Amino acid sequence: MPDPVRPDPDVLLRQIQQSDEARQRGRLTIFFGASAGVGKTYAMLNAAHQEVAKGKQVLAGVIETHGRQDTAQLLEGLACLPPKRVEYRGQYFNEFDLDAALLQKPDVLLVDELAHSNVPGSRHLKRWQDIEELLEAGITVYTTLNVQHLESLRDIVVQVTGITVRETVPDRVFNQADDVILVDLPADELLTRLQAGKVYLSEQAKRAANHFFRKGNLIALRELALRRTAERVDAQMRDYRSDARINTVWNTTERLLVGIGVQGHSERLVRHAARLATSLNAQWFVIHVETPDYQKLTSAKQIAIQQQLRLAASLGANIALITAPSVVQGLTQYATEHNIARVVLGSRQRPYPLLRLSLVHQLARALPELDLILVNQTLPQSDTHTSGKIRPSLAQTESPRHWTSWIRTRAFRGYSYAVLGCLLITLGSAGLTQWFDLANVIMLYLLLVVAISARTGRGPGVLAAVLGILSFDFFFVPPRFSFSVSDTQYFLTFTIMLMVALLINRMAATLRFQADIAARHARESQSLAQLSQQLTGALAEQQIIQIARQWLTTSLVSELAILTLDAQDQLILAYPEAPLLPDGFDQTIAQWVFDHQQEAGQGTYTLAANRLHYVPLKAPMRVRGVIALTPQPAHQLQNPEYQRLLHTALAQIALALERVHFVDIAQHALVKIEGERLRSSLLSALSHDLRTPVTALAGLSSTLAHSHLSATQQVELATDVERLANLIHGLVTNLLDLARLQSGGLHLNWQWISLEELIGGVCYQLDQRLKQHKIQVHIPPTLALIQADEIILARILTNLLDNAARYTPPESTVTITAFEPKPKWIEVTVCDDGPGIPEDMQSRIFERFTRGQHESTETGLGLGLALCREMISSMGGSLHVSHHQPHGACFHLRWPQQALSPDTLQQVIEA
Amino acid sequence: MSAQHILLIEDEPQIRRFVRTALMAEGYQIHEAETAKRGLIDAATRRPDLIILDLGLPDEDGLQVIRDLRTWCSLPIIVLSARSDETDKISALDHGADDYLTKPFGVGELIARVKAHLRRHQSGQQEASTLQMGDITIDLISRTVHKANQLKHLTPLEYRLLTVLIKHQGRVLTHAQLLNEVWGAGHAGQEHYVRVFMANLRQKLEDNPANPRHLLTEIGVGYRLVI
Repeated sequence: MPDPVRPDPDVLLRQIQQSDEARQRGRLTIFFGASAGVGKTYAMLNAAHQEVAKGKQVLAGVIETHGRQDTAQLLEGLACLPPKRVEYRGQYFNEFDLDAALLQKPDVLLVDELAHSNVPGSRHLKRWQDIEELLEAGITVYTTLNVQHLESLRDIVVQVTGITVRETVPDRVFNQADDVILVDLPADELLTRLQAGKVYLSEQAKRAANHFFRKGNLIALRELALRRTAERVDAQMRDYRSDARINTVWNTTERLLVGIGVQGHSERLVRHAARLATSLNAQWFVIHVETPDYQKLTSAKQIAIQQQLRLAASLGANIALITAPSVVQGLTQYATEHNIARVVLGSRQRPYPLLRLSLVHQLARALPELDLILVNQTLPQSDTHTSGKIRPSLAQTESPRHWTSWIRTRAFRGYSYAVLGCLLITLGSAGLTQWFDLANVIMLYLLLVVAISARTGRGPGVLAAVLGILSFDFFFVPPRFSFSVSDTQYFLTFTIMLMVALLINRMAATLRFQADIAARHARESQSLAQLSQQLTGALAEQQIIQIARQWLTTSLVSELAILTLDAQDQLILAYPEAPLLPDGFDQTIAQWVFDHQQEAGQGTYTLAANRLHYVPLKAPMRVRGVIALTPQPAHQLQNPEYQRLLHTALAQIALALERVHFVDIAQHALVKIEGERLRSSLLSALSHDLRTPVTALAGLSSTLAHSHLSATQQVELATDVERLANLIHGLVTNLLDLARLQSGGLHLNWQWISLEELIGGVCYQLDQRLKQHKIQVHIPPTLALIQADEIILARILTNLLDNAARYTPPESTVTITAFEPKPKWIEVTVCDDGPGIPEDMQSRIFERFTRGQHESTETGLGLGLALCREMISSMGGSLHVSHHQPHGACFHLRWPQQALSPDTLQQVIEA
Repeated sequence: MSAQHILLIEDEPQIRRFVRTALMAEGYQIHEAETAKRGLIDAATRRPDLIILDLGLPDEDGLQVIRDLRTWCSLPIIVLSARSDETDKISALDHGADDYLTKPFGVGELIARVKAHLRRHQSGQQEASTLQMGDITIDLISRTVHKANQLKHLTPLEYRLLTVLIKHQGRVLTHAQLLNEVWGAGHAGQEHYVRVFMANLRQKLEDNPANPRHLLTEIGVGYRLVI
């Protein structure tokens, strides 16, 4: 049966995510009202008392009673958080103490006035950010909010009341609140309360009433508040329906594209679009199309555009700054790529409506299926000052440029080239008029226009065109040396010449702009590719830090500090030895950034007073570190292009850090697995090879103790006991040696030793075992003394000789030969003429717990050869096995000699 | 002649038991001490002829015990040690111990060593003018060495080395001790001198230098002369 209803997986995922977060997050309840005096604080305190009655721990963080009696009475019986005294410019302010609240961690925290702005120097600029942090910490918060403080309603409020609101709260906070409780009071009643002095203190009341508390205002605000609440309820209803799968039609998500332009007040456009997007429950995109004109904009205007983009981002939009030859092309391309059917544009009075097709018409023609929504951008006077959010650092960037610096710019050079070029052509052609037709002179001027436009831009090109025409008129058109013209035909020539020049100029400039953009993008992507290539090659964290540092400082950043995680997941400076920490670097801010996974410092809303910009290094699994930086002077932190480049680079760095981290983990896991494997084979080997002799020992000794044996029998048994004990001792020694070698606890003692003496010593120790074997030793006199660790070499030779004795029949011959296979190397071979080692075993005998013969009567862990190989490799050498002709096995032991000083040796021998 | 006294300083009861049993069977009188402190008191009061000392004692370092003993007596000291610490053996010998046994050791070996050291200690006072070992005759007065009745020419240093070994026959001498006694102080760190001369000496005196009978090698520690 086909399933007609298919929930969108993305939507479900988001819901799960949100409900997951909600579980840990505190709940936010907003007491929402149309204006001051409707009783929000009163309602909040009442609700708080109900919570207290339920046994919850309630803490009053900030309560503004405005001197109202009944509100103040309600405060009694509630625990109050003492305010923090913050000094700012010589004055003291009482501020909400965020850290104390986080520390006390009450069940419910009351924080009045959501829209409040904190005194500069506080951690966050706005109180709603404080509250975000409280919620993040799992504290439930009650707060109050007036409708006029909602960001998206700001300009409507301005229109209605004529009063600009500076303190705003992003709609996101309101929309994501768990509960919004509307506190409603009819306008008349509010006015009555106002007149009765119940709302404000009496002297304030009069002034306030005149400005704000007019009946019309209050009604309009009440309507806004009710509508906004209704919209929220509506959205909840929709959420509920999609939760409960009531909806039978699953709409594809609505998308809105907003184009913001150079002129006009796009803030209004953005806010309007935000409201529209909220009511449509749409995803929305705000873009600015960077055309050749963008370059000509004053940086104030560029900053304004960036400001508007940031506003849009704070209202929940996806923002982008894209590059295209024209606005229409940019918009249509973006809309098509992102599958957007509705475009919102600002409309304004055009100065010359007939000269060009309006943008709207061009768009409609380019992409007929687009729905176009026009928003009036002409503004009431009161909104002319931009929002209080412009950061001082931004405002300062537009400093008047001194003329001397202007002279050095490319534009100035362009203009001088234009003048110079005209002069040269005029002079050059002046002498040639006898041979030159005037038409060719015109061509020369046009050539100059093309050259200047292509090289330096539009302005100099226009200058060249105008100068060209003037010179042509003055010097060449009869009557010469006067601007008057005898033949009226020439006016037509001038006009056409001017038009051609301007047209060429425009085209050349556009081409150059596109080439510039393309080159810039190519440079950026090449540089990013280079970074990613370098990072790919990095294997250690320090390498990545080095690469990141180098790359960032060459192109983007003038100062930086990189912090990464240590083994205990603590944030530490990645290069503590470097003394060049940027001024103002603050580790606690970095820690905050790391904990909250948000940017902070300069250019953000958090701890903006710090001169560094702190960015978390976010990798897919978690934050891998923090970078604190200041941009190079050529860049602006707020520039979306810069942000994009920076964040792409940082993402790559974070990813590389994560990769290295996981490589580490994988290696550890591998080592662990190897260790596990070894341990299990060790256990199985021990259980067999150690238990057998121990069992025999127990049996033999009990026989000795309890039976009546003859003296010879007793001696036999006792000898067996001794043999078994020695065997176990050998096993334990081997195991200990192996453990010591593997834990790296072995330190070599290189010295000059006599191989002959060593072999003699080993044979002496093995006397009993080798009794029935013949030993031959061949050592050339030149190798009387060699370098080795005596103890280790003795252990290896003991093992090899012991093996030879064990695996060859009596009367076999064991030959030990030493020679120099290549300069500064020694090889010692131990060969026997026994049965030899089967081919298939040769490669395996050096593995641990392997023995030459399966199920042999010989006991042992099969550790000997593995141990020998480990020991010789600790001396930098190797051990391998070969066939001995005609039969038998040959073990080849070779290791390097350090610099030999034969002189001293010779002296010793001769001494 | 009354039974000879042996002091055994060892904290492991099992080892004490078998050492005691074996030595008592040989007719020696055994005193046992569990700690270094007790051992030092016993050494002073009981006047043993030989001391067997475990290096790993619970209350004090065995090396310190040797040092203390050597301040007032020249008794033979045989040290018991675990295999893994060659450096411990060397420092024990350098501090004045006469010999060592590596655990686990056989009773036969222990008794042989004990006998050898007791004999050496008793006869050590009267210096013999000639020494016979196998077919080698060493005349300490005329400073000549014969092997199978043939005169062997030794260089002065070789001869010096040989006499030092003879003087301490049965004892293990570390490379450093030999270097110091033969070449004198100032040659520390040049242990290979000893090896070269030892090889020469073996070449001249041993039947099969690769498998010596008298000039024995203690791997990683030093040499011992066995008659």
